[in-house]
Amino acid sequence: MTLVEFLQQLINGLSLGSVYALIALGYTMVYGIIGLINFAHCDIYMVGAYIGFFVSTDLHLPFVPTLIVAMLGSAIAGVLVERFAYKPLLRKASSISLLITAMGVSLLLENGFNAVFGGSPRSYPHNILTQKSISLGPVRTDSLHLIILLTSVVLMVLLQIVIYKTKIGKAMRATSADKDAAALMGINVNATISATFAIGSALAGAAGVLVGILYNSIDPYMGIQPGIKAFTAAVFGGIGMIPGAFLGGLILGVIETFVTAWYSPLSGAIGFIVLIVILIIKPSGLLGKKVSEKV
Amino acid sequence: MLKITNLNVYYGGIHALSDVNIEVNEGEIVTLVGANGAGKTSTLRAISGLVSPASGSIEFEGKDLIKTPSHKIPYLGISHVPEGRRIFANMSVAENLQLGAYCRNDKEEIAKDYDAVFTKFPRLKERLRQRAGTLSGGEQQMLAMGRALMSRPKIMLLDEPSMGLAPIIVKEIFSIIQSINQSGTTVLLVEQNANMALSIANRAYVIETGRITLEGRASDLLTDESVKKAYLGG
Repeated sequence: MTLVEFLQQLINGLSLGSVYALIALGYTMVYGIIGLINFAHCDIYMVGAYIGFFVSTDLHLPFVPTLIVAMLGSAIAGVLVERFAYKPLLRKASSISLLITAMGVSLLLENGFNAVFGGSPRSYPHNILTQKSISLGPVRTDSLHLIILLTSVVLMVLLQIVIYKTKIGKAMRATSADKDAAALMGINVNATISATFAIGSALAGAAGVLVGILYNSIDPYMGIQPGIKAFTAAVFGGIGMIPGAFLGGLILGVIETFVTAWYSPLSGAIGFIVLIVILIIKPSGLLGKKVSEKV
Repeated sequence: MLKITNLNVYYGGIHALSDVNIEVNEGEIVTLVGANGAGKTSTLRAISGLVSPASGSIEFEGKDLIKTPSHKIPYLGISHVPEGRRIFANMSVAENLQLGAYCRNDKEEIAKDYDAVFTKFPRLKERLRQRAGTLSGGEQQMLAMGRALMSRPKIMLLDEPSMGLAPIIVKEIFSIIQSINQSGTTVLLVEQNANMALSIANRAYVIETGRITLEGRASDLLTDESVKKAYLGG
């Protein structure tokens, strides 16, 4: 592999990885705040892709408004799932019932969309983003991969600002650390949990639109594969750690791209091989750490 | 100021508090002493809305606290330093203090209180950027109290501030509690360390297996034979 090829693959890997990262953030944020692996999260990604498809096809919205509408719609979908499916169980039922509920919601969304919109793949309008070949010196890549990478990076920077600089971000971090103590500070814990679902779902919705445009095909079951990969990325980075999800997603995307270029039959499995190796060496994930608390 | 009437709390089948009556007047230090599991923490948690009582009433300045959701209670001027301190271990000391002022919007006054915390707890200033989880037990207790002060409370509920601390630190903490009270904050103090608690309090209640068994002036209880036997080591 020459250096030019390497750089080209690196860009492809980073853009695939940034999509994984966008989805992984939702897994890790929800896990961080209520300790639930939200299996329905990957279907919110699919919902986002569909919302983006409908507004760009029927309302002829350009890329950025499509992305924003899809993010808002996914946020609402995520909060609805949280309010109706999870909240009645939270603090009352065991975590295993919550987990099974999440799987149920996932199946409901997949098969519900299949029943309502049909299972045949749909494609985004061709003019939403035109695929141009771009040369950066000797490195040739295409505009779609760069736009995806750029959009993801912008969203992740925004997320960092929200989490570390705003009041709601502080409330989210406090709530995920200790719900009772957060309530004693005057933080509305339920509203904060909903906000976490909204933000995570909006990011997944954005990923759905980006992938829908890149692969030009969406269907009700499109979330399953990337969902598993993103979940792997979240665990890989250290579940519950936001920078971990970001890093895990990028690394997984890059490794997968390079392995695919080298020996494609391994592409599906490589993520999990890496995960197993990491978990053997560092069980809490790349950035995960055991919190030591004095009592 | 704070009036608890016939309060009953159950955890499943366990009757944790039965017909508890406590009154705290403005400006006082009132202490609630008792053994492990007597219901001291449950009383404070009921005031802060973290457990919902089966019956009874809790009134603060005429407002019914039982109908108030827990996150609204700090806005009324009640600040709770929970058992085990419960600081946010992964956040910095500064962020912990900022969260204490979560229920306030008056930026300039918050900045004043922020400085006031450092005059009370100079050691926190040295550790401002440090992760709160890396502080020593005594410093964590100071941080928890500083965080509670940041809401500029009318009343401070303190749950076992002496727990797990060396005697010299306990002394320091208790003299800070007195100075907090002198600057105008009413204090409801829950303690197993009855000796220390009774020596700084105006009035006291003794709680045993969920019932108030004794109440009176702290100085009287300090010399009461049954209290001496049960809580003061003869």
